[in-house]
Amino acid sequence: MEKQLKKVDIIFDKGECYNPIEILDKALERSPDDIINDLIDSGLKGRGGAGFLTGLKWKFTRLQEGDEKYVICNADEGEPGTFKDREILDQVPEKIFVGMTICSYVIGAKEGFIYLRAEYNFLLKNLQKKLDLFNRQLKERAIDFVIQLRSGSGAYVCGEESALFESMEGHRGEPRNKPPYPTVAGYNKKPTVINNVETLVYVAMISRLGAEKFKELGTKDSRGSKVFSVSGDTPKPGIYELELGMTLSQFVDEFADGDAKAVQVGGASGSCVPRKKFAETIIGFEGIPTGGSMMVFNSSRSMYNVLHDYLEFFAEESCGQCTPCRVGCQQLLKGIEAVKRGEKPASYLDDLKKLTATMKIAAKCGLGQSVANPFNSIVDNFKEEIIY
Amino acid sequence: MTNTDLLVKELVQQHGKTRNSLMPVLQGVVKEERYLSEEAMIAIARELDLSAADVYGTASFYTFLDTQPRGKNVIRVCKTISCHMKGKDEIVKTLEDLLKIKVGETTTDKKFTLLTANCLGWCHKGPVMLVNDEVYPELTPQKAIEVIEEYAKK
Repeated sequence: MEKQLKKVDIIFDKGECYNPIEILDKALERSPDDIINDLIDSGLKGRGGAGFLTGLKWKFTRLQEGDEKYVICNADEGEPGTFKDREILDQVPEKIFVGMTICSYVIGAKEGFIYLRAEYNFLLKNLQKKLDLFNRQLKERAIDFVIQLRSGSGAYVCGEESALFESMEGHRGEPRNKPPYPTVAGYNKKPTVINNVETLVYVAMISRLGAEKFKELGTKDSRGSKVFSVSGDTPKPGIYELELGMTLSQFVDEFADGDAKAVQVGGASGSCVPRKKFAETIIGFEGIPTGGSMMVFNSSRSMYNVLHDYLEFFAEESCGQCTPCRVGCQQLLKGIEAVKRGEKPASYLDDLKKLTATMKIAAKCGLGQSVANPFNSIVDNFKEEIIY
Repeated sequence: MTNTDLLVKELVQQHGKTRNSLMPVLQGVVKEERYLSEEAMIAIARELDLSAADVYGTASFYTFLDTQPRGKNVIRVCKTISCHMKGKDEIVKTLEDLLKIKVGETTTDKKFTLLTANCLGWCHKGPVMLVNDEVYPELTPQKAIEVIEEYAKK
C-alpha cells in the first residue's frame, strides 16, 4: 500500500510527555539488554544519513570489554541543505541529553560529549545552561555520567565520525581507516557510540512511547518518522517531521511551488531526482535514504550552476588526505567548466563519470565516495544544461 | 610575559595539559585575539608540550582557526547553494562597497574582515551571515548594512 505524506510531532513535541528527566527515570528501570532489544525491535536507524541500526551499534559497544567508553552526540551538521539539528538543539536539547544518558547506561560510559559545529556557537550559552542543570539532576540521582560540550572549527569533514574523534583529540580532522569502527575504537581509541542529534532524541521518545508506537509509522525498511529540512524553490521552507516512505511526488505536491524540475535529496552529497522520476522515488532506505535535506529547484534554475556549487563545496571541504578525493573533486570541477567552455567535447563527461566511479571505490571516507551521487545524477538527467 | 602568553597559560590551566585540549585552547585564543599569531602557536606548543609544527598543522586545517591577522569583527557570508539562490552575491557586493574591501580582506582600521563560508545551516532563511558568533538570517542588502553599522559603533 502506498504511503501518504503525513506530518508527525514526536521530536519537537513538548506536550504532556515533555518531562525529559521523567523519561530517563522510567528508562533506567529497565535492563540495558531490554533497552537494546527494544531499539532493535523499533527498527530505528541512524538519522545522520548512513542509516545503521542504532540498537545494534549500542549492542556492539556494550559487548566491548573495558570501563572507559564514550557517548558522543554528532552535532556537526554541515551538509548543505540540512539545518534540522540546529532547531532540535535549540528547542529540545534535554531530549538529546536523555538519549545520551540512556546510552551511557546501556554501554557503561561515564563521559559524554556534544560536538557542536562552530557555525552554531551562538547556541553554546543556552546549551551550557541547560546542560549544567541536567548534569546536576544526574548527580542528584547518583548517576555517574557527565555531558560536556565541544566545538568544531568550521570543517565539514569533521561530521565524519572518525574525523570528529581526531578533531576532539587535537588533530587535523582527517578520517581514519576503518575498521576498526567506533564501537571498538572511537574517541581516545576506546569503544564509542556516536549518534546523530535526531537519533538520540528518537531513542528518548521510543523509551517514552514504546517501540510499537514508533513501528506503526514508516515502512518495513524505514521505520518511524524523520525530520526534514526543506529549502530552495518552495513557498514554505522550514523544518518538518514526516513519516518515512512517502514518494517524492507527494512531497513535491505539498512543498514545491508547482514548477519543480528537480529535488536534491540528501544534500550536496545526495542524489538529484528529476521530475519524471518523482512518482517512483521513495524517500527512505528502500529508495533514497537521506539525512533530511530536501532542496527544490524550479525551472528557472540552471542545473550546471547547482552542480558547480556542489563541486566547489567538495573541492574546498575535501580534507586532502587521500588522492582520489583531493584531486578528484578538483578535476571534476575543472572538467565541467572545460565542457561548458567548449574546450572539451561532451563525451568528456563520461570520462569524468569514470573518475567518480574510481572515487567511490578508492576514497577513504564518505566525502569522496559520495561525490558520485550528485555528479552522476545531475549529469545523467540534465546533460544538455551541463554542456550548453 | 605578554598578554598572549598569559592567555595561553590560563586556557591550558582551564582545559588541562593534554593534547585533547588543543582545540579548546586554539578556539580560546581565536575568541580573544581573532587569529592565531606565530607567538600564540609557539606558546601553546610550549604549554602543551607539543611541537609548534604540530600545533600549526592542526590549526591550519580548520577554517575558523585563522592563522593570519583578522579584524575585530569577522563577517562570514554563506555562499552555498540555497543562499546563492536567495541572493548572497548581492549581500557580498553590498558589504564590499560598504567596507571598501574585497572578500578575504580586512579594513585598514582593523575593525572588519569580510569572508565567505560554506553552508551555515540556515538554508530556509537565506541569505545569512555570521558576525563573529552571532547569526543574521533573512538578509537584505539594507539589513546587512544596518547590522554592520551597529558593529561599527561598538
